[in-house]
Parts: sequence; C-alpha cells; structure tokens
Amino acid sequence: MEAFTQLTGPALVLSQVNIDTDQIIPGRFLTATSFEGMGDYAFADWRFDAQGEPLPDCVLNEPRAAASPILVAGRNFGCGSSREHAPRALLGFGFRVVISSEIADIFRNNAQNVGLLPIVLEPAQHEQLLAMDGEALTVDLEACEVRTPAGQVFSFQLDGFARYCLLKGMDRLDFLLAQQDQIKSYEDNHER
Amino acid sequence: MGTSLFEKLWQAHVVCEESADRPAVLFIDLHLVHEVTSPQGFDTLRERGLPVRRPDLTVATLDHSTPTTPPDEDGQRHYYTDQARNQVETLERNCEAFGIRLEGWDSEHRGVVHVMGPEIGATQPGMTVVCGDSHTATHGAFGALAFGIGTTEVGYVLATQCLLQRKPKSMRIVVDGQLGPGVSAKDLILHIINTIGVNGGTGHVIEYAGEAIEALTMEQRMTVCNMTIEAGARAGMIAPDQKTIDYLRGRALAPAGEAFEAAADRWLALRSDEQAVFDHEVRLDAAAIEPTVTWGIDPSMSIPVGASVPAGGSDSVDRALDYMGLHGGQALAGHPVDIVFIGSCTNGRISDLRAAASVLAGRKVAADTRMLIVPGSEAVRRQAEAEGLHEIFLAAGAEWREPGCSMCLAMNGDLVAPGLTAVSTSNRNFEGRQGQGARTMLASPLTAAACAVAGCVVDPRTLMGEAA
Repeated sequence: MEAFTQLTGPALVLSQVNIDTDQIIPGRFLTATSFEGMGDYAFADWRFDAQGEPLPDCVLNEPRAAASPILVAGRNFGCGSSREHAPRALLGFGFRVVISSEIADIFRNNAQNVGLLPIVLEPAQHEQLLAMDGEALTVDLEACEVRTPAGQVFSFQLDGFARYCLLKGMDRLDFLLAQQDQIKSYEDNHER
Repeated sequence: MGTSLFEKLWQAHVVCEESADRPAVLFIDLHLVHEVTSPQGFDTLRERGLPVRRPDLTVATLDHSTPTTPPDEDGQRHYYTDQARNQVETLERNCEAFGIRLEGWDSEHRGVVHVMGPEIGATQPGMTVVCGDSHTATHGAFGALAFGIGTTEVGYVLATQCLLQRKPKSMRIVVDGQLGPGVSAKDLILHIINTIGVNGGTGHVIEYAGEAIEALTMEQRMTVCNMTIEAGARAGMIAPDQKTIDYLRGRALAPAGEAFEAAADRWLALRSDEQAVFDHEVRLDAAAIEPTVTWGIDPSMSIPVGASVPAGGSDSVDRALDYMGLHGGQALAGHPVDIVFIGSCTNGRISDLRAAASVLAGRKVAADTRMLIVPGSEAVRRQAEAEGLHEIFLAAGAEWREPGCSMCLAMNGDLVAPGLTAVSTSNRNFEGRQGQGARTMLASPLTAAACAVAGCVVDPRTLMGEAA
C-alpha cells in the first residue's frame, strides 16, 4: 500500500447521493482474478454507452478527471457490495482521496486497506466542497485537514490506526501476524 | 445495565481489546469463500509463503460466475466468458492447494454461498461469520455476528483467522403484531429499509426482535437479515430460539448427539438481556405492511404495490423515475413487466420456490414476459424437483435453471437487456445491477410470480385464494 501524507490537486465533484458500488464498478468486471487495470472500468456505465463509446456529457470523460486526485461525492458514497474492486478502480482511475458527508462502512474499510483515503466531513463543510468542482484542494493527513484555495480549513477525523497505516503505507497483515501468540492463546481457550 | 446479544458475541470473540490506537483483533469462527472476492487473497498467502491458518473453519463454494444452464452432452459447462471459467477454476485450484472444503460442481450443496452455509449447518448461533460478500448479513438469522469484508480482509482471515475491527454501534428494530396474508419477510425488510433509509443503519449492527420476527421461519429470518446491508448496517441478527435449534438439528456440520443438545442449551441462552440498551431503537407495526415493490434505483425507494410513485421534484427522485421509465405520481400497478427473476441469496430457498409455485400452479406466464427461476443451491433444486415444483414452473412457461447468483448481479451472462423492466426477488435495484440499462423492481416471490402471470405489476393478493 502506498503511503499518504499530503497532496494538493483539483477536486472532481460527483454530487449525486448514494453512489453505490455497482456504479463505481459494474458487476460484469468482477470476473478478473487480479486488480490490475481496474481503473479502466471505474464508473464504466456512466462513462460509456452500451457500444463502449465514451459519453461526451460525462464529467469523468473530461481530460481533467484523470488529473483530479480528489473525488468529492454526494452523501452515502460507496453503499452496496463489499467488492474491493470499487476502491481499487478509483485508485486505478487516479483518485487518492474520496470526500463525502457519509461513506458506507464496508467501502470505507476497503478504501483504508488499499490506500484510498476516505474523508467524512460535516454536512455544511461537505456542501461547500460540492460547489468547488475543479478547484485545487489540499488534503493533509498529518494535520487531518482539508484546505481550500480561499483559506478555509476543514478538520476531519480518521481512526487513529487507519491514519497511522496510511501515513506509513503499512499493511495490516503484518500487524495481525505479529499477534499470533494471542491468537493461539485465544484458540486454545476456545476449543469447540 | 444489561448486555445486548451483539455485545455478547463481540466480547466472546475479542482476541485483543481495542484502544484509541488500534482496533480490536476479532476472531472469526466461520470464513465462507467464493470465486469472485478470494483469488487475490490467496495470492497474498502465496507471496508470503503462508498457509491458511484454519482450513477447518473455512468453506468455499462456486456461485457468482457459474452458468445456470446445464452442461452439454459432452459434460461441458458453457461459461459466459473464459475469464469467468478461469475465476471458478482458480478457486478450485486454491481450495485444493490450501486444503479447504469446497462445495463444488460435484457437491449436492453447491450454490449461493449464503444459502449453502446454513444448509450444511456451517452457520451456527454465537459464531462470527465473514465472507467477501456484503450479503453475509444473512447468517445473522441464526444469532451469529455475520458481515461482509473486502478481498484484502479475506487474505487477513485466511492467514490469521482474525480481523481488525472497531466495535460498531447497536440498533434494535422491534416489529410488533403479525404480517397479513400475502405479506412476506421480503415486504417486511423492504418496508424497514424504506423507513430507516439506505444509510439508516450505517455504523450499526441491527438486532431484529418482536412478535412478528419471532413468528418468522428460519428461511424468512434469513431474508430479513440478508437485506440489512441495504440499510447500510454492518450486520443484522435475530436471537436463536427453538426454530433455530430445529433447523440445525441433523445438518452435516452441526454437532451431533449429546454435543448437539449441549450446544442447543448454549444457543438458547444467547439473547439480549431485558435491560440491554441500544444506541438506537425503532418500532414498527407489522399489520401496517403491504406487499411492497421498489420503483427506484436504491432499495429504500419502495411503495405498497397498490400505491403511486412519488411525484418527483428532487434530484434523486427525478433521476430514479427517469432511469426506470416512470412518470411522477403514476400508479405502479399495471406497469408492464418484461422479465421476472426468482432466486438469489435473498429469496432462492425452498420456501420461496413454494410460494412462487403456489401462484403459478395451473396458470401461465404472460405471453410477453420471460420468467427465470433459479434455485439457491443444488439441495434446493433437488428438493423442488422432488416436490414437483419444477413441473409447475415449466408448465407455466418459466425457465428452470441450475443454482447460482444468476440474474441478481448478472455476472454470469443471465442479463436483463437495456431498457427492460424486471421484477426480481433479489436484493439490489441499483442502476445497471442486472445489466447495463436494466430496470429492476424488487419484490417478494409471491408478488414476482403474480407479476409474471399478469405481465405487469400486480398485487399478489388478487391471485391468492382464487382458483387458477
């Protein structure tokens, strides 16, 4: 997992509420056995018609989309399936951060595990960011802040452990493997 | 202060307590595995030279990418794509290499993972159950703490049998009274999701309780817990009772003999204390619930089958109406239905097929409507055929398929074509879920079967009790 400390870059706004994981990556792309190339399928049904032709009105097809590391999305982003392909597709597309006023539980866990920073802001702050399509935001994970070009500072909270793992690019499996003695002891005391 | 069922299950599985600095290490009693969300997890083991820590607590099956058409004369199965075949064969190889029990092509229990788990008695009260699949919530019907995880976490559980978890909040939904005739568990859960919203359960584990929940069969409880994720909750659960015990007795992986009786005593003690306090409580009246159908693009967008869709005016409602090809304020009844799908981890069990058969017996699927009936597992298929249900389906003009996830998420080629309207007993009506441009209306097996006969959306109660 790639470490994340701070970045500055343009925001891409998708203001629709309840963007589910079937929108982020449709089910027909889940038959691969690796996550390579998932970015090509991010929001596939929003970006392409049934013949695979790019839809000109889709903001995700504008050249700026691939150059935007920050996705600002409507409330309750990532609801639905547990498919990790969703945050992987967003990373592959070029996003490193997703900001909303609510992010679904499994998506948020998956995002943290693969190095996509999920940020939940207060609704009023989120509302302001929804109006900043294309503006350069700074996301600072050390300070837990989102900063706007006008100098506004929006603080966010992230689970301390998730923050530590993202800052260090640390894989949680190493942490879990280091608990083997406790796991063994638990197993010994809970024989079925 | 009392302790909730969730709290008891959580405490019983904590390997290392959580602190401000780190989440709890939670032990997992049952890891269910399918072909879609596991290959990269096994790759992690290979890269690190690790074994599966507890193959004895791991069970795999093939469901999402599998064809529902029978093999050809040469015994060859026709997959939708080579990639789908490769994904299934990859799981077969991984199970062989890592010593995992696979309910595969030769198993009489192969099928949708959340149908298979309870059916073989792998799912038991008091367990923690995970799977790389959000509908793992299904297993909470047995008084288990069951939730979906991502593929990276599948790798963690394979390697350590543990997960890192922050403790969720708790919610209790009490349903008083009794469901009316023609009103099913599916209508109940659609009504609950409509009441609390698609994000109403976010961050919570929901316990369902009350007279109406106690009255449900185990299969109906599975339908309710299954769709808990559609309200955003981590998990749903129902305290074990005598029905739970009766269901599990004699199942292959359940304890046997005296061990079963001892387990049953332990299981029956698993319930929330009288004084248990929940972070959030909701109370509903079952008698007020009617056969319910979704009209929009998330599972909370539902109405009683005889009602009219919202008038519109908000972005999300307008988008949903536009996608579904509906006019604001129109009645849903009478709206043409192109395809009816009966199956999935929500409604692919034997009682669901019996419900569909009760409507279809002596009737025909409407001329312009296609009906696909997909049993949840091989065992469900065999039971249905033993009861002659398949003959009722075939005589009505429906397609009777082999088990799998099929048209619920349309990974295996069982697709709804763009612009067509499907009434489906599955769990998600998201845009494109059943195929690009497909329009999905979620409903119970009774309602879906009635719609197939009518060729349009119809209240199933109009066909019940009436001679076919």
